[in-house]
Amino acid sequence: MELAILAQQTLNGLILGATYGLIAIGYTMVYGIIGMINFAHGEIYMVSAYVTAIFLAVLHYFGLANVPLMLLAVLLATMFVTALYGWFLERIAYRPLRGSTRLAPLITAIGLSLILQNYVRLSQGARSQGIPSLLQGSFAITLGNDERLVQITYVQTLIIIVAFLSMAILTVIMHHTSLGRACRATEQDRIMASLLGIDTDRIIATVFVIGAAMAAIAGVLVTLNYGSFDFHIGFVTGIKAFTAAVLGGIGSLPGAMLGGLVLGLSESFFSGFVNADYKDVFAFSLLVLVLIFRPSGFLGHPQVVKV
Amino acid sequence: MKKIFQQGMFWIVMVLMTSTAQAGQTIAIGVAGPLTGAYAAFGEQLWRGAQQAAQDINAAGGIDGKKIELFSGDDACDPKQAMAVANQLVDRHRVLAVIGHFCSSSTIPASEVYAEAGILQITPASTNPMVTERGITTLLRTCGRDNQQGSAGADFIVKTLQAKTIAVLHDKDTYGQGLADAMRTQLHRLGLQEVLYEGLTRGEKDFNALVTKLKSVNADAVYFGGLHNEAGPLVRQMKEQGLKVPLVSGDGIVSEEFVIAAGGPTYAEGVYMTFGRDPRKIKEGTNVVERLRQSGYEPEGYTLYSYATMQIIAAAIAATQSTDGATLARWLHAHEVPTVMGVKGWDTKGDLKISDYVMYRWDDKGRYAEVP
Repeated sequence: MELAILAQQTLNGLILGATYGLIAIGYTMVYGIIGMINFAHGEIYMVSAYVTAIFLAVLHYFGLANVPLMLLAVLLATMFVTALYGWFLERIAYRPLRGSTRLAPLITAIGLSLILQNYVRLSQGARSQGIPSLLQGSFAITLGNDERLVQITYVQTLIIIVAFLSMAILTVIMHHTSLGRACRATEQDRIMASLLGIDTDRIIATVFVIGAAMAAIAGVLVTLNYGSFDFHIGFVTGIKAFTAAVLGGIGSLPGAMLGGLVLGLSESFFSGFVNADYKDVFAFSLLVLVLIFRPSGFLGHPQVVKV
Repeated sequence: MKKIFQQGMFWIVMVLMTSTAQAGQTIAIGVAGPLTGAYAAFGEQLWRGAQQAAQDINAAGGIDGKKIELFSGDDACDPKQAMAVANQLVDRHRVLAVIGHFCSSSTIPASEVYAEAGILQITPASTNPMVTERGITTLLRTCGRDNQQGSAGADFIVKTLQAKTIAVLHDKDTYGQGLADAMRTQLHRLGLQEVLYEGLTRGEKDFNALVTKLKSVNADAVYFGGLHNEAGPLVRQMKEQGLKVPLVSGDGIVSEEFVIAAGGPTYAEGVYMTFGRDPRKIKEGTNVVERLRQSGYEPEGYTLYSYATMQIIAAAIAATQSTDGATLARWLHAHEVPTVMGVKGWDTKGDLKISDYVMYRWDDKGRYAEVP
């Protein structure tokens, strides 16, 4: 096996996995705190792709030409708008159902996912949309005496850096700030936390906001990377990110990132060295195997029955 | 929710239709294709073409004084939804004939419904061989077949591009894989063996692993059977990874959306595709092309095929004075019809007697032109 190809496939898997991981954070945090799977999360990611394109167009209109500044502005603005979506969804669709059966918010989430898809379809059209490539070019190296290049584009480099950086920042927030402490307390026991003076509704809303903001980071990066999107992209990516969250241990933050990377790498290696036809079969078989031997995923905590 | 939206759309369409249709007898024709979803651009081509044709025929007095009334059916290129749409067109709208569907994977299951109801179905765009190979006499098409198209692709790669190590990719769908298979068959006939034959997943955007694999097998030409939503990211990632080999595809990427999906003309440039001789250049269609352009729509891809299909149905109804699908089909099998795309005639299976696949190339401005 050639080293260059192996290195390239590892890079492919890491890039794909990093975006899965970023989106998986939204699934895993929401599950951790209210035990619900937010199936509308994939659509939040899809919305963020549209928001990215809109902000890019606006900034371009105002004549901003500095690419790094533009990217930073778009990233922050998209995170803000997408976070508003996350907050709004929680407020109108999930908070009124707090305390009802576990199935009610699940069905609502599926409904919301359809509403968001169709809302975008009707307001933005069903056609694919695209953005011009802002960052063209790539780093390339050769390994050994193989003349084939190992390449990583600037955007892909950005994906890896931003994904790990935002993951690190989030971990610091969760472990070293009072907000993080309140989140963890709410996760462990919501009633006890509220007795101790934590506004649990606000904390839950914050978790939705954080999840949406992380999905927005993924949305901006992926849109820059692939250059095109449509109202349907949230579905497949959402399913994959959800799988990543379960693989890594749903409820666990580092688990989401690990799950994403494992899923991305296994898809990449399997389609690269075995057969692309069956890469999803392989990825999901891996999920089944992991769940048989470690029912709570790689880094998940075993379910404790609360009495 | 989706259903409510669809029904809403349906009623809006109904109201628009009934307001334009005059009182008295009308002839109901169904137009089915992916009007929503990722492949909506193609559905729009079918709808625009059929609508323009119906308008023109109605303006000229209709078919023996009866106006044509169109009913749209949205299958979203999903076989299950195609069945529902077919039943709706047959039972609720009592259509006399159907133009559609677009995706072969929708046309095939839906055709069973139309055949059972004895309704004439003409697809302007489904090129999979199985469409006409199942012995349904009331099903015809106004486009070519993928075995002809695949052969044209293989001949081009081997004879014109002089490629030796050829990779064949597809999207695991009836159309895409069928086309890839047809291409591969011709490749074998030319004495070559493909180095790679694999499928990617529809709806995904990351094909980097596959692209790296193309590098590892040292492919010097790539053939892709599938649609533009996947072909776009595929060609972009090939260029980003520095893989400078030609990509050849079929009529599934005949839409400006291919350029958008690829991320701009810089990425789409140099991609080859097979498609029928550009219908916009056939002299019979000059006026129609002009009218469509005036209404702000560029009649690319299958728009004029759909227009021609409407003309064919109208001609058959006018000639036979019948509404029976079998009678209409029998007449069409035996007669040639002048259309906006020239004179068309069919063999006993319902395939065109003459089909003319030629090779096109996307240029740096995001347009396609015939390869000389």
